[in-house]
Parts: sequence; C-alpha cells; structure tokens
Amino acid sequence: MYDVIIIGAGVSGCAIARELSRKKGKILVVERAEDVCCGTSKANSAIVHAGYDAKHGTLMAKLNVQGSRMMPGLAKELDFHYENNGSLVVMMSEEDRPALMALYENGLKNGVEQLQILERDALRAMEPNISDNAVAALYAPTGAIVCPFGLTFALAENAAKNGVQFQFDSEVTDVQKIDGGWKVVTAKGTLETKAVVNAAGVYADKIHNMVSSETMTITPRRGDYFLLDRATQGFVKNTIFQLPGKYGKGVLVAPTVHGNTIVGPTAIDIEDKDGTATTQAGLDDVRSKSGIAVKNLPLRQTITSFAGLRAHEARHEFFIGEIAPGFVDCAAIESPGLSSAPAIGVMVADIVGGILHLEDNPNFDGTRKGILDPKALSPEAHAALIRENPAYGNVICRCETITEGEIVDAIHRTPGARSLDGVKRRTRAGMGRCQGGFCSPRVMEILSRELGIPMDQVTKSGGNSKLIVGTNKDSL
Amino acid sequence: MKKVNLICIGCPLGCPLTVEMEGDQVLSVTGNTCKNGDKYARKEMTNPTRVITSTVRVTGGKLAMVSVKTASDVPKGKIFDCVKALKDVDIPAPVHMGQVIVADIAGTGVPVIATKNVDAC
Amino acid sequence: MKEYDLVIIGGGPAGLAAAVAARNAGVESILILERDNELGGILNQCIHSGFGLHTFQEELTGPEYAGRFIDQVKQLQIPYKLKTMVLDLAPDKTVTAMNAEDGLFQIHPKAVILAMGCRERPRGALNIPGFRPAGIYTAGTAQRLVNMEGYLPGRNVVILGSGDIGLIMARRMTLEGAKVHVVAELMPYSGGLKRNIVQCLDDFGIPLKLSHTVVDIQGKERVEGITLARVENGKPIPGTEEHYPCDTLLLSCGLIPENELSRSAGVTINPVTNGPAVNESLETSIPGVFAAGNVLHVHDLVDYVSEEAAAAGVHAARYILQGQSPAGNEIPIRCEGGVRYTVPVSIRPQELEADAVVPLRFRVGNVYQNKRIVVYAGETQIFQRKARVLAPGEMETVNLKASVLQEHGDAPEILVKLEDA
Repeated sequence: MYDVIIIGAGVSGCAIARELSRKKGKILVVERAEDVCCGTSKANSAIVHAGYDAKHGTLMAKLNVQGSRMMPGLAKELDFHYENNGSLVVMMSEEDRPALMALYENGLKNGVEQLQILERDALRAMEPNISDNAVAALYAPTGAIVCPFGLTFALAENAAKNGVQFQFDSEVTDVQKIDGGWKVVTAKGTLETKAVVNAAGVYADKIHNMVSSETMTITPRRGDYFLLDRATQGFVKNTIFQLPGKYGKGVLVAPTVHGNTIVGPTAIDIEDKDGTATTQAGLDDVRSKSGIAVKNLPLRQTITSFAGLRAHEARHEFFIGEIAPGFVDCAAIESPGLSSAPAIGVMVADIVGGILHLEDNPNFDGTRKGILDPKALSPEAHAALIRENPAYGNVICRCETITEGEIVDAIHRTPGARSLDGVKRRTRAGMGRCQGGFCSPRVMEILSRELGIPMDQVTKSGGNSKLIVGTNKDSL
Repeated sequence: MKKVNLICIGCPLGCPLTVEMEGDQVLSVTGNTCKNGDKYARKEMTNPTRVITSTVRVTGGKLAMVSVKTASDVPKGKIFDCVKALKDVDIPAPVHMGQVIVADIAGTGVPVIATKNVDAC
Repeated sequence: MKEYDLVIIGGGPAGLAAAVAARNAGVESILILERDNELGGILNQCIHSGFGLHTFQEELTGPEYAGRFIDQVKQLQIPYKLKTMVLDLAPDKTVTAMNAEDGLFQIHPKAVILAMGCRERPRGALNIPGFRPAGIYTAGTAQRLVNMEGYLPGRNVVILGSGDIGLIMARRMTLEGAKVHVVAELMPYSGGLKRNIVQCLDDFGIPLKLSHTVVDIQGKERVEGITLARVENGKPIPGTEEHYPCDTLLLSCGLIPENELSRSAGVTINPVTNGPAVNESLETSIPGVFAAGNVLHVHDLVDYVSEEAAAAGVHAARYILQGQSPAGNEIPIRCEGGVRYTVPVSIRPQELEADAVVPLRFRVGNVYQNKRIVVYAGETQIFQRKARVLAPGEMETVNLKASVLQEHGDAPEILVKLEDA
C-alpha cells in the first residue's frame, strides 16, 4: 500500500511530489500521458506572475506571491531556467487609469514588492518597441519568466531522486474508498494508498466527482499562442501585458528564457479536455490583438503556433483541501498556477503531512543538476567535455545546437524522455526554427538505440503517435 | 486527325508540345525548342517510357539503403512491375556507383544500377 | 587546429563546386566543413534523375551529380571535415566549429565561402490551424526517411505545396507503396517545374488542386485527416471545405536560406531572398566573405548552384591571392515591374575582366506571359530578351557583358524590369 498517490504529473503534481519527498513514505505519481509535463504545464505563457493580478484575499493571490518569491531560490536548487525580467501592464488610454491604479493597489495589498507606475517617457525608455499609444504602465520588477518544462522536469527528477516513483500511461478510471485509504484504478492496474492527491489539471473534476457528491466542473479554457524565432530576442525585455480597457483585453508579448518571443493567449472555453487544436479564428484573434501594446511585432518570424488548456472553474479560485478523509484536491489550478506551483507544493504537502503524520526523510537532497548545456561552459571546459565524451561534439539539432550527449542524458534520466517530444521538452532539440525538420530522424535513431526499441515503435508523444508506419515497398 | 497537347519532360524548360495524330501515326510535333522535344512527343504517343529511380536495402553498409535507377528508360506501364521486383533485393556492401543490382528488371531487358557508393561498415 | 586560407562552410553542391574552382584557381589551403556524415548535402537524398543537363549534358540522379564533384574534391585532395558543425562566424572571419573528433576549434581564414544551403518552412511558420499530431512532415524530412533510411512515414498522404520537392515526394511515396490522395497548392500556379507535374503527378493520376490550402488537421496522436479549402486572395473560402482522411501531411511550402551564421558575422541580408546581399564577385558586405548556392537565394536547378559556386570559388581565390580590391564605383541594381530580386545587388564594372560575363539571376513574383526582360544602365537599355512565359518557380538568368557594363561604368544604377513585348 502506498502512503500517497498523486494523480497528475504536471507542475502541481510534481511540486507536491517533491515537497512530499522531504518525508519518509511510499509515494507514487500516476499520469495518463507518457511523460511528465504533458498537459496544461507544457503549453502556457511561461510567466512567473508577480502577484498583483489575483484578487486580494484569495488563495490564488497568496500562493502566487509566495510562489513568485520561492521561484528564484528553487531555480538555483533545481537548476532550471528562470529570469527575473520584470513585467509591465500597459495602459492604452488615459480613461483606463482608475483600472491601472486599482491593479496597483491590489498588488500592494497582496504584498508584491517594488510596484511602480511608469509614465509614457519612462516606459518608452525601458521598452523601445512599446506602442506609441501607450500612456502609462504598472511596472512589477519582480515579474519573471521561467521554462515551464524545465521547472516541471526539475521537480519530477528531484522527487524521483528522493524516492518518489512515477507511473505513466496510467489514466485513473476510478477511485474508491477502502478501509484505511483508497483504491485507485488505473489503465495499468489497481493500486491502494492511504492518501490521494488529485492534481489532474483539466481532468481534476472527473477525479473529484469520483469521490464527492458536491460535483465540480472544470472547463478547459483554450489559449492559442505564437512562438517567434530567437532572432527576435530583445524585442521586449519585460513581459508586456495590456490593461483590459478601452481597447479590449489584449494578449501578452514576452521574451522566453531561451530567447524566443511568445505572443498570446486567447481564452476560448471548450468542451474537449484534449482539445488543444488551434483554430484559424483563434490565431487570427492573437494576431489582431498582438499589435496593440507593442509596435512592429515581427509575427512573420513565427516558428510555431500552439494551444494549451487552462483548468478553469467558475469561481476562478484554486481549490485546495481535503474533501474526504485522505483525499486532497488540488484543482482549478489555472493561471497563475505555474507561478504558484512551488507554494502549492508546500501547501498540499502540509495538508497530506497533517493527515498521515509522516516522519522526515533524513536523506532528502533538495538539489538537482539539469541536463548539461555545453554552450554554457568555458571554451576549455567545453573542449575537455568533448574529449571525455565525444557525443557532446556531435550536433544533432542544428537550430538550437543540441548534441547527442545532451539527448542521451535526457533519455537516461528518471523520469527520462521516451519520445521525440520528451527529448524536445528536455533538451530543446527540435524546438528551433526548423521545428525538427533536420533533427527528428536523428533523434528517432538515438531513441531507438538508447531505449532498445525498433524505429517503428518510436513515437512523437507516446500512445499511437508513431512516426514511422513501415518500410519501403512493404505493401507492394 | 486529332491534336494532343503534351508538356515535354526532356529538360526543365517544359516546352508545351502539340502533336497531330492520325490513328497511332504521329503526323507532326510543334512547340518544341529542340530535337529532343520532337523525339519525346513521338515516343510518348507511341511507346511512353520513363527512367525509374528507387532504393534497395544494403546489408553490412554504412548506409541502410542505396539509391538505384534503371540504366535506361523502361515502358511506362512497367513502372510498378519494376519497383515490385526490387522489393526483396538485398545487396551486400560495399556497393559502387554504376554497379548492376538487377541484370534485367521485370523482363524489360534493362538493368538496374546503383547511383551511389556505399562503403562497408 | 591547423590554419587554412579558405574555409568553405557546407559540403553540398555549392561548397563542393566552390572548393574545386578555388583550388583550380590556385588556392592550396582549403578546408570544407560539412555538418552531415557525408559530402553531397541534400543531393544525397534527391535520388530522382534530372540533374546535370547543363553541367554534364546528361541526366543524372542527385547522388550521381554529387559524386562527380566529390570525386574531383578527392582527386584534388581538398581536405574536409564531416559531422562538423560551425557554431559561429565572427566579423573578422574567425570560424568556430565543433565535432566529436577535434572537439571545439577555431580557424582564422583569409576568406570564407558561405554554402550552408537552405531549410524548409515548417508547419508552425505556415500557421495551419488544428492539432499537432505525429504524421506531419516537411517533404524533405520524409525524403530523408524514405530515400536514406528506408522508412515509410505514412501510407495515406496529402501534400501541401507543389514545389519540386513536394511533387517529387508525391511520386516517391507512390512508388514505395503509399497512396497520395492530392497535392494542394495555395497559389493559382505550381511552384514546381512543369516536367515534374507531368512525371510525378499526371503519370500516377494524382490530382493537383491549385488555390487550395489546409485549413484543419485532425487527429490527436497521429494524423487522421485534413481539411482542404479553396483560397481566394489568400483567404480560405467558407463552404469550400473538403475532408481527406489520411495519416500523413507532407509540407512543401518554401525554402529559407540558412543564414544564421551570416547574420552573426554581420553580413547584410537581402530581405527579399533572405540571403546575403552580394556584389558581382558574390562577395557579401564583409570583404573576403563570399556566398553561393541556396544560402544566397533558392535555386531551381543544381546546375546553376554549381556554376554560381564555382564563380564564388574563383573570386575567393582572387581575394586570397591578390588581396582586397581597391574601392571603386559600385553600381546598385534595382528591380521593378515583376522582378522580385536580383543576385548580385550591385556591380563594380572596374573589377571585371574585359571578356567576362556577369550572370544576373532573378525571380519574378507572378506568372507573366509575353514579356520582355529589359536591363537599363542609367537611361540606356543595355539588354533585352523576349520571354514567352515567366513563373515564380523558375529562376531567370541574364548575362551582362563586362564590356557593356564598363561602357556605362558611371551609371547611377542598373535597372532590371519586365516590359510588355
């Protein structure tokens, strides 16, 4: 019997797992997808919100500010990409000033530090590509950006290092109360546990409703995005939001920690919990709104567009708590969920700890090293690395300069990459301007070799997403 | 008499050709800018042919496949017969450019040859 | 690391021809850096025939064409490094590269020839809405899988884009046992050669739908189908949607010169071609850095790549052996009336040998019939040729004589345009 089963290997589930691994216990994360970070956590704005936006007094506001404060330290401990670039909420019309001031006041109440109002000239000096119509902005120096994959993998790997197990391709089909705990029925068999944490993202309502008569409805709220070439690096320094107002609700324009520019999202409520298809209308919407707060946005340099789903619940508030003995919900984690993840992990782990009275794990090691990036080394160290392991001299992904050494490392981590997307999210191979055109056949070969599977079993993202359907002339 | 319009495939120019036919006799070819166009049109109307390129598996080579072609053009109607005849061919490395892979492909009398060198590994 | 006078970045058709020409023009110390595991570049996967009619007066397959140049490089004992990635080209021409054998190394050549080729425009850059499942490949990626590795990426195929690679892959997939249901083309004309429409589509009864594009992709794990719609003025027309069940979508929607290294060196890029802006010597804005082949502008025929690259090799040799040319009059070339760009973008008449010919290559922006290609130096017409049909898929060349250019050496500009015949 497990002590804790966490349903969902997104950023929340992994943060909870990592916090719980500070305790002695048998902990398992079950995930319906083939890998960590396959739902909401993989497709979002990659922003660490400063915390002025969430309404004062809400759990959302509290956890956002806490998470935002924890993130820089966590980035050092767990070695993921985080950058404190600052954020600006830009006001496009003088008549919207009361709304800007309200946001500022809300931020102060939430405890966000260093907030200030920038007027036109200061704003322009800070961001040369800001729209000529921009009047003023709320500046949050503590706003930041993060690699959402890097954060989630770091949490998962560190949890695994401290004894947490992961089980993939294991959709939970039922949860039943049993003596002293819960029975969790998954696609890969039935498990028993003393406590359950429901961190199932857009599916959290389904899991919740398996055990509670007070039903919950999570609406997948789709957000369409454009990602621009790294050649656009420096287009904006801060994350640029547009203050909702006279010109409607805009989209954000932000740098990513890897030097791309991200533009989006839309907010379209849909039914399909896997409905991550972009639509022409959605992409057109982003395109038309993208030019409001900034000027000359080089959308022609788009390298990909994508959509992600936020787990929206009508109350627009995180839903965290024990809803049945030993069953803890961590649901409705929509934006700012990524920003709040470190604090969500602590809060949920505390709740579970209170239920199970687990002892401290004396061997807990809260550090983790990310995949070695040879580009970050000095020329001497870089040369020495290639001498020691020539795979680091063999470039596989041209656009992002990712070597065989990094890809092999990604595959052999725990939990490790098992698919093209798993390699891509861990190493950035295939994430660049050619979008895997050149490197995907080579990454497929490395996956086939390292995992000991034939090429026709290599997938893009697990399941039936096979990349090869046969061999030449096999049907002739 | 009937007129048939063709695009010459002799070179990248792609001349638009007009062929005048009486039964299966070619009376005239116009629109061509070189004599190859005339030749192509007459052949296309009476006995159309193509050069086929394909791949054949290599065993023990640095590459998994070697590219091949028919050494000359074969009847258009035989394209799939030729390709099928290559299905189960395995050629041991090393393979040399120009090496005969199949001496007579699908009874056409035309050999299939390698178009690439593949070294043994 | 040993130093070299000339570093050629890329061992595809452009790099190989440039190397041979530079050696024949007297450069002893040449190094070719190639990122793949063999010389020949993209030709290795272009196993169809149709290459070399201009250069060798016979029709060769891609590997055979590459083989001719590889043989020359080997006979001339020009050194090359495979599986070697150039990481940086500095403004002072320092080349930083890496491979498993030599590790990280730098070379400080006197001259550099950029011959990195181009890449395909990916799905993401096309803004095709829908899911992002397995089974969406650029035509070139599929070509590599099928022709080099023997793997079939799909059995029921729709192809978007009628550029030559798309047309060629329609035939290749068919001959390897897949069913190609349709080739859709956004534009009202094909971007590929007419002969390829005949022998890759018509021969196999594959329909070509002009003015059509993909407006949706279905399938969460693997492609299950796509939706095509007719396009007018660049916009899909509601109500014209047609659904095609398929497991694969191949994209052949344009090629982009790979100029990240050129940009890092500070080379001026022509925004129309996305390639370096070069003068008559194929020299970029950085003296001693030359460019040729698809990195400069996307070619339709490899024969022209070889010809252009050989010229770059000769010019690089002259730069190395005789030093930088003295500053002189540089006449800018302007284009209008349907001509989208020219390579080169300027000519220095005093640099030309008396009997030299400057090939002026360009593409047009639309399909034109019964036009004249006209070139003016200042007010004076210096060239004209009738053109029955001009299409964006085909590169045009106008050969300008040095003697004529030198006669108009003080012209303020050279103008290339289309006029009614």
